[in-house]
Amino acid sequence: MTDLAASGALPKPKGDLLPVLLPVIVALAMAPLVGSASSWVTLTVASLAMGMMIFIMASGLTLVFGLMDVLNFGHGAFIAVGAYVATLVLLPLAPYVQADSLLTNLAVLAPAAVLSVAVSGALGLVVERVLILPVYGQHLKQILMTTGGLIVAEQALYGLWGPQIIPLPLPTSLRGSFILGDVAIAKYRLLAMLVGLVVFAGIQLVLNRTKIGLLIRAGVENREMVEALGYRIRRLFLGVFMVGSGLAGLGGVMWALYREQVHASMGNDLTVLVFIVVIIGGLGSIGGCFIGALLVAMVANYGGFLVPKLALVSNILLMVAILMWRPRGLYAVTSR
Amino acid sequence: MMILSGDPPRSRLLSIVLVVIIAALAVTPLIFPGAKAMNVATKICIFAALVASYDLLLGYTGSVSFAHTMFYGIGSYSIAIALYSMGPSWAAVASGVVIGLPLAMILALGIGLFSLRVEAIFFAMITLAVASAFLVLASQLSWLTGGEDGRSFQLPELLRPGTVISKSALGFELNGRVLTYYLIFAGSAAMILALLRVVNSPFGRVLQAIRENRFRAEALGFRTVFHLTYANCIAALVAASAGMLNALWLRYAGPDTSLSFAIMLDILLMVVIGGMGTIYGAIIGAAIFTLAQNYLQALMGAASNAAADAGLPLLPGLLHPDRWLLWLGLLFIASVYFFPTGVVGRLRNAGRKPS
Repeated sequence: MTDLAASGALPKPKGDLLPVLLPVIVALAMAPLVGSASSWVTLTVASLAMGMMIFIMASGLTLVFGLMDVLNFGHGAFIAVGAYVATLVLLPLAPYVQADSLLTNLAVLAPAAVLSVAVSGALGLVVERVLILPVYGQHLKQILMTTGGLIVAEQALYGLWGPQIIPLPLPTSLRGSFILGDVAIAKYRLLAMLVGLVVFAGIQLVLNRTKIGLLIRAGVENREMVEALGYRIRRLFLGVFMVGSGLAGLGGVMWALYREQVHASMGNDLTVLVFIVVIIGGLGSIGGCFIGALLVAMVANYGGFLVPKLALVSNILLMVAILMWRPRGLYAVTSR
Repeated sequence: MMILSGDPPRSRLLSIVLVVIIAALAVTPLIFPGAKAMNVATKICIFAALVASYDLLLGYTGSVSFAHTMFYGIGSYSIAIALYSMGPSWAAVASGVVIGLPLAMILALGIGLFSLRVEAIFFAMITLAVASAFLVLASQLSWLTGGEDGRSFQLPELLRPGTVISKSALGFELNGRVLTYYLIFAGSAAMILALLRVVNSPFGRVLQAIRENRFRAEALGFRTVFHLTYANCIAALVAASAGMLNALWLRYAGPDTSLSFAIMLDILLMVVIGGMGTIYGAIIGAAIFTLAQNYLQALMGAASNAAADAGLPLLPGLLHPDRWLLWLGLLFIASVYFFPTGVVGRLRNAGRKPS
């Protein structure tokens, strides 16, 4: 103790850069296998964009688990709800979406995204209060309750919007790609990367530079202690849950535009991908989640290009490989 | 060692309900030989066994697996592929069984050893991921599984609907279809009795101890990982057998009928509504769910039309017959919250005086 007092500062946490380098290593290692430089760039951009979108969806899930030990199996419902809510804005305003002007397009996209985030965030509030609050600390019931929530949400979406697939065309100015030499980079992928980076930076800033972030990180490490210091961690958790749900909704909008269609089963399909990312990253770790999302997307893209048959199970293989290396994910944050 | 479990339903009302369900299932071919009634009865039989095996995992060990349909699908597909490629013979059925069961067992062993060391949540996520990969695999490897279309096949001579074995004076016809039904009925009953035996054995008691307090069970000297993995393997074997019966009835195996995530959710709903950790709950849950699936829809269709006629907004869509799962989902949440022991637990407690 005296040493610590004398030095006047806490010891610096040990850096662990190996996982950070992993996506870079994978990308570089794939370069000779892919062969041509232009396809490599296209694949890399595609994986980065896909990874960013998955990260946006997964970030809320990992924080919620880290902070409150709650695993939301209904997380996919927020993704689907976000996508559906966006159609409420984008389909009636289709002329503006089709207009060939970036500003007009963004002027429609932005409110659609904001509305999606708001609605899925509000839904998060309801879900937390109704489904999760009664079963805190009981894993089995949490899984069952949130799975039940997923069923109800999916069926309600079918009931309200009908079972058909809703086409959601990409705004005109975001179609096509920039051509640099013989390299084509899709515009929408650039936008997805940009949004993903902004979200990642935003989360990191809030977590590392604000008091709320400090409390969240402290809560992830030791919930009882934060409570003992007089903070209402339940309220903090509710906030994190709402933000996480909202981010899932945002991810849903982006994914729907990426696929150019909306369907209630998309929540189900993406849940698996999101879970894999969260496991790979280490439950509760935002940085791990980011790297995990990039890795999953890279394996999907490079794998799909090099060995199409393998792409089907590539995610599982990646997860097994990572867990063999680090059994608790890339970054183990929680002691649980 | 006793063959029966000595674990009676422990409630007069529950016993009556069970006897009624089982008697109804036993006489269905005699009284309602129609295709729909037979299909419903078969589904109740198969799912009762499937759900009971899931109950061994969920109710007795407290671990949530999302890979149960994978084992069910392995059973279905192994019969289907064997009969499809080897022709309709009993040898094909036998080879399907001989290939399918060990395959399910090995997979269950692998998943168990890999992911049961840690917490329930981890197991749930891993099984979800593995099951979804398996689903993709089954729908893509079309040279083996027939892809999205699945595999249709012919049954051995004896089990075909056209085979008439005997005709009684009362108009009842014992044909191959009825024989298949009784094969399924007997198979499911045997599996459920076997599961009841398992959960009431010392092994079953250890599983319950692990569910209640894993740390303590380990401190008492039980190797919890092995116990959980054994339970996982037994459940997988029963699920695969149920899948085989299902394939025999449908004469078809495809991703939608045997592997889809929707079936997994159905199983979850059945086990929770029936009552977790009781095995008997599986019979009740499967019966309630299947009857609702087949007969509630007609009711909802009427309600939906009535709501549409009355000009109410939204309600027609929500009451549409295809949305019956919405209401069962709400029932599911309510039952997890308000009566976690399900129908069986309710009935057992009803007879008891409040203490």
